[in-house]
Amino acid sequence: MSLPKISLVRRTEDVPKWMPLVTTLGAVLLAFVIGGIILKSIGANPFYIYGYFFKGAFGSLGSFSDVMVKASPLILIGLGCSLAFRMRLWNIGAEGQFFMGAFFASLVPLVPLVPMETTPKIVVLTLMGFLGMIGGALYGFIPGYLKAKFNINEIIVTLMLNYIVVFWNNYWIFGKWSDSGFQMTKTFPKAAWLPRLADLAGQYKVFSGITLHAGVLFGLLAALIVHIILNNSNWGYMINLIGDNPRAARYAGADIAKNTILVFMLSGALAGLAGMVEVSGVVHRLQERISTSYGFSGVIVAWLAKLNPWAVIVVSILFGALIVASREIQPSGISFLLQGIILFLVISSDVLLKYKFQLTRSAKVKDEVAA
Amino acid sequence: MMNFAEILRSGLSTGTILLFAAIGEIITERSGIQNLGVEGMMLFGAMAAFKASYMTGNVWIGLLVAIIAGGILSLAHALVTIHFQADQTVSGLSLTFLGTGLALVIGEGLTGMTTATVPNLTIPLLSKIPFIGQVFFSNLNLLVYIGYLTIPIAWYFINKTKPGLDMRAVGENPAAADTLGVNVYATRYLYTFVGGCMAGLAGATISVAVSPGWYSHLTTSGQGWIAVALVIFSHWNPTRAALGGYLFGMLRRFTLDLQGPAMLLGMRNPFFYNHNLVFFLQMVPYALTIVALLWGSSAARRKRIGAPASLGIPYSRGERGV
Repeated sequence: MSLPKISLVRRTEDVPKWMPLVTTLGAVLLAFVIGGIILKSIGANPFYIYGYFFKGAFGSLGSFSDVMVKASPLILIGLGCSLAFRMRLWNIGAEGQFFMGAFFASLVPLVPLVPMETTPKIVVLTLMGFLGMIGGALYGFIPGYLKAKFNINEIIVTLMLNYIVVFWNNYWIFGKWSDSGFQMTKTFPKAAWLPRLADLAGQYKVFSGITLHAGVLFGLLAALIVHIILNNSNWGYMINLIGDNPRAARYAGADIAKNTILVFMLSGALAGLAGMVEVSGVVHRLQERISTSYGFSGVIVAWLAKLNPWAVIVVSILFGALIVASREIQPSGISFLLQGIILFLVISSDVLLKYKFQLTRSAKVKDEVAA
Repeated sequence: MMNFAEILRSGLSTGTILLFAAIGEIITERSGIQNLGVEGMMLFGAMAAFKASYMTGNVWIGLLVAIIAGGILSLAHALVTIHFQADQTVSGLSLTFLGTGLALVIGEGLTGMTTATVPNLTIPLLSKIPFIGQVFFSNLNLLVYIGYLTIPIAWYFINKTKPGLDMRAVGENPAAADTLGVNVYATRYLYTFVGGCMAGLAGATISVAVSPGWYSHLTTSGQGWIAVALVIFSHWNPTRAALGGYLFGMLRRFTLDLQGPAMLLGMRNPFFYNHNLVFFLQMVPYALTIVALLWGSSAARRKRIGAPASLGIPYSRGERGV
């Protein structure tokens, strides 16, 4: 007698609404278990590290504000990636678009484009945000155009651009804009700083030292806009249609080349805005190390959120916690490791949504039973 | 001063890294699986080779461990994309994260250490040929010679053997291959594994041979991605990929050499007098990758060659479909 065989059978019915959430959460939990086993096997104490993660991230108002500070660029980048991925455009270049946005935004206080002493803060910040988006959009245009006109693999192009922009920024940071030989520009004038909660410490004592800045509002606003584009506009309908079924979209009259370029530019603009938020809200200068791989984490955020703008916010906060907590924990690769495992398990768990497991006995056994 | 023979020799060494990674990825992609995790597998392999040779004092064990390490990592991608039918792009990206994370975590504390390295060899007789012998066959790393041999072997395997034919059939039309009795799943697992092993070897070529040492994520610094680009540029042809790899290696050395002399072609060398301009030189390999893709794609359109027809498409036995 042979053993029953487990086989995958494609689901013909829709899965219940709760199921994607449950499988995703299950995958994340399992990722922490597997990550724990790996940590244990190299001699670290996973319980200590995870406990530290939680305390370091949500233990106090100050640390939670740090989490939100890290989440702000992630939300913007995650939204940009979600938009591109809906159309199955693999924009892995958010990292580069982020840096280009930071560069363009920095032009305002560093050139300076407007007189920094006399121009009202709101004008300076608006201009910086606008230029950040332009920078990201221009840098997103390159892969979009090459993809649309020559069908060049956008993954490779965006990745190469990620490296190129770092050298470009370094040229300025180490050269013309260097702060007396240091590898960073001089601090921006106050007018170029995004307002922080700490600025209100005079009225509300509880806010003293809280670094949360207005950039997080950009993220929330962007989520609303992306939600409206994707769910309530003709353009969003086209984006989804092109992503799901390019052939049908072409019959429906969609201009795929034009939309490829536009979506890439909008995706880049969001990442560029994230770059502006980081230089204006956190470091207040342009320097080489302004990103802890936000661009790549944004890719994972978008995927974990199943390309849903509101879910991007939640996942970004979790990833912000991961980044904050792993700052002080050694070895430094743990956060990468966990992100990798999480993403792997989440995409694996999708098999449960498409297929169900079925125990089948071989035909021979059935015959024996029948006899 | 700049010396063409030296640039060529340097290109052969550093190009070997790209050669292993790109030919491995060609083999994987020819079976229909796209593995974008090359960068992660390379970094993991580089760390594994360095750590193993550091611990055992034996560089051969280091190479072996790196090959196995890259292979094992690639099996994660194989399982997720072949059995769970996940999106190959996303899975490849997660593999890059996973490999990077594992390498950084396990490689903690290795920075600044030194270890045994793969020896240099001079081939008797061949090295006596004027110029060619000096450039190609004398005092080069053993892995460079293995690289030479890999090119014809890979070409012969892919184009002239039965398993190579089966592999291509699975990559082009898995359903047809299946009806002819080729096990599609096993074939894809095997060649994903082979590609992973070669990526591991490519990483080891960096860390225990060409530029020995462990410099955390800077060890590979994007060469895995350049290898993936080479695969597309070469139209999945190992010979072209190898030549491209050598060219890139030469370019890397050339941009370094450009910074040296004060006078260049009878003019003041701008890179010597303004060191910040070097950042533009460092962009060149990455920018050229994009140019190479552009060039490759127009050539591909002209000659009507493309990717393996079923690249990136999961195969599900018994289901009607592609």
